[in-house]
Amino acid sequence: MARITRDEVAHVAGLARLRLTDDELERFTEQLGTVLDHAADVASLDLAGVPRTAHAMAVTNVLRPDEPRPSLDREEVLRSAPAVEANRFRVPRILGDAP
Amino acid sequence: MTDVGRVVPEDAGGAWEMVVGLEVHTELRTATKLFCGCANLFGDEPNTHVCPVCLGLPGSLPVLNQRAVELAMAIGTALHCEIRPSTFHRKNYFYPDMPKDYQISQYDEPINVSGWLQLPGGRRIGIERAHLEEDTGKTAHAGSSGRIQGAEYSLVDYNRSGVPLVEIVSAPDMRSSTEARAYATELRAILIACGASDGKMEEGSMRVDANVSVRPGPGAPFGTRCEIKNLNSLRSLGRAVDYEAQRQIALLESGDAVVQQTRHWDEGEGRTVALRSKEEAYDYRYFLEPDLVPVVPDPAWITAVGAALGPLPAERRARLVALLAGAVPAVGEGFPDPDVGVDAEGSPGVSDAEREQILTVVDLGLDGLVVAAVAGGVPARLALARTANEAATDAGAAASLDPGAYTTLLGMEVAGTLSATQVKAILSDLLAHGGGDPVELARARGFEAMADAALVTVVREAVDAHPAEWVRYRDGEEKLAQFFVGQVMKATRGQANGKGVVAELERLARE
Ligand SMILES: [Zn+2]
Repeated sequence: MARITRDEVAHVAGLARLRLTDDELERFTEQLGTVLDHAADVASLDLAGVPRTAHAMAVTNVLRPDEPRPSLDREEVLRSAPAVEANRFRVPRILGDAP
Repeated sequence: MTDVGRVVPEDAGGAWEMVVGLEVHTELRTATKLFCGCANLFGDEPNTHVCPVCLGLPGSLPVLNQRAVELAMAIGTALHCEIRPSTFHRKNYFYPDMPKDYQISQYDEPINVSGWLQLPGGRRIGIERAHLEEDTGKTAHAGSSGRIQGAEYSLVDYNRSGVPLVEIVSAPDMRSSTEARAYATELRAILIACGASDGKMEEGSMRVDANVSVRPGPGAPFGTRCEIKNLNSLRSLGRAVDYEAQRQIALLESGDAVVQQTRHWDEGEGRTVALRSKEEAYDYRYFLEPDLVPVVPDPAWITAVGAALGPLPAERRARLVALLAGAVPAVGEGFPDPDVGVDAEGSPGVSDAEREQILTVVDLGLDGLVVAAVAGGVPARLALARTANEAATDAGAAASLDPGAYTTLLGMEVAGTLSATQVKAILSDLLAHGGGDPVELARARGFEAMADAALVTVVREAVDAHPAEWVRYRDGEEKLAQFFVGQVMKATRGQANGKGVVAELERLARE
């Protein structure tokens, strides 16, 4: 049985705000199935006693001192924005509330 | 209406019990943001503290702020949490307050878990977790209403984007709005004592959401809960929790079900309203943030953070209780047992009024003034009363009062140089001017003149008005001195000092 259905791929694409054509849906369903097959191979190993890994590198506590560094120039920042008003980013009408 | 989810409180008998859990977000008082070196100053000109990291520009990488981690550990220590290895996740959602389209937050491995907070009354409220996350940018909605509904477009300021937050999630352990307020008050005092937060609810640096449900009495299964947002003050918190519990009880008693939803507190209308009409379960697609590595605090680091913590509110209240019982403060002394609640059995000799004064003084961070005054020879009850009743009226100014000047002022009341009324007047001068010399201020108000020339006149008038009493006093009936002191106080509306009156009476008697 396929590890992921076409409907599931369409749902995930919707969550990521991706608009996929029928051809793309077909192709990604197959490709994601291959990725999940690989994950299933790893999951089939006997990993009892192996601690969970949170990162590819065995590194912890990468921290920086709480010291300010220069921020970007506002004019430069706002020049990159599609729309600006009162030194703020102007964005289209938001539907619904913040989650 | 179906029967699914319907609650029939057959044996409730009106004994509904409210169940409250609080989620508190506090902004951390760091110099920089959580993952970049931009200044943590979001009240400034919009979009002046932004960089590729907090704007979510491609190719930028977050680096964790050590101070933010240590403040989170300090909060965990103060809340008796287990401080443990933790990781960061991406919480994915599309909303323009988050330019990356995800918020970096701790998810299934938070830095602090399983703690508790003890209310001043002695009851313990469980703390499920206290984790680190980043704040969002600030959106303003353009349009006639200023609200999101009907807005034509929105304006975004990203100065707040990436500011460090700790979210503190309580267990559903509170059973009344009074307890919810007491918890928020105590938590705020703890956060301020940790140096983690300024605790300003009105300004949004401490934000409280309440999860409220009701059930047909203690021990019954929890009911369906609603989450209440937009609680901008302790008063709002109390009102909203009471309103929401009543709303749910009314629903259940009429045979309807409570629908799990997020609701908005409308302070003006005094009610909660549903934020979304259709309930949509958010799918945040959490996954481990690949650009950050785990934080693993070792015991030495945890110990060092704990050792740097100053005395917490419970210890400070216990210290005031000890002062009332006659303890003498000394520099660097140990604190008494903080597990003794101020209204628990272990605090004999503390009246209800004094208990309220102690709570007020510690909540406002003014207990240092009381301790300094007592160390300077002022009786503990007087120092506590003046601080809770007078200094607390302008807590912001009082917090920066020079303890030495405060002690001098109260000392003048103890010595009888100034009356209580005069001391209160000078204290209001000190608060209004942000400091000053109490002796100078007394002179400026002419209080010393009253002690000399004016007092002589007033005492003479009192004597002339009561010749019979005066003869008895002069012939040795000393207790009549208090009668004349009372007459002079009445005439001067409390501006005279008692010792000065007696001295003048004795002088007149010798004439
Ligand atoms: Zn930045």
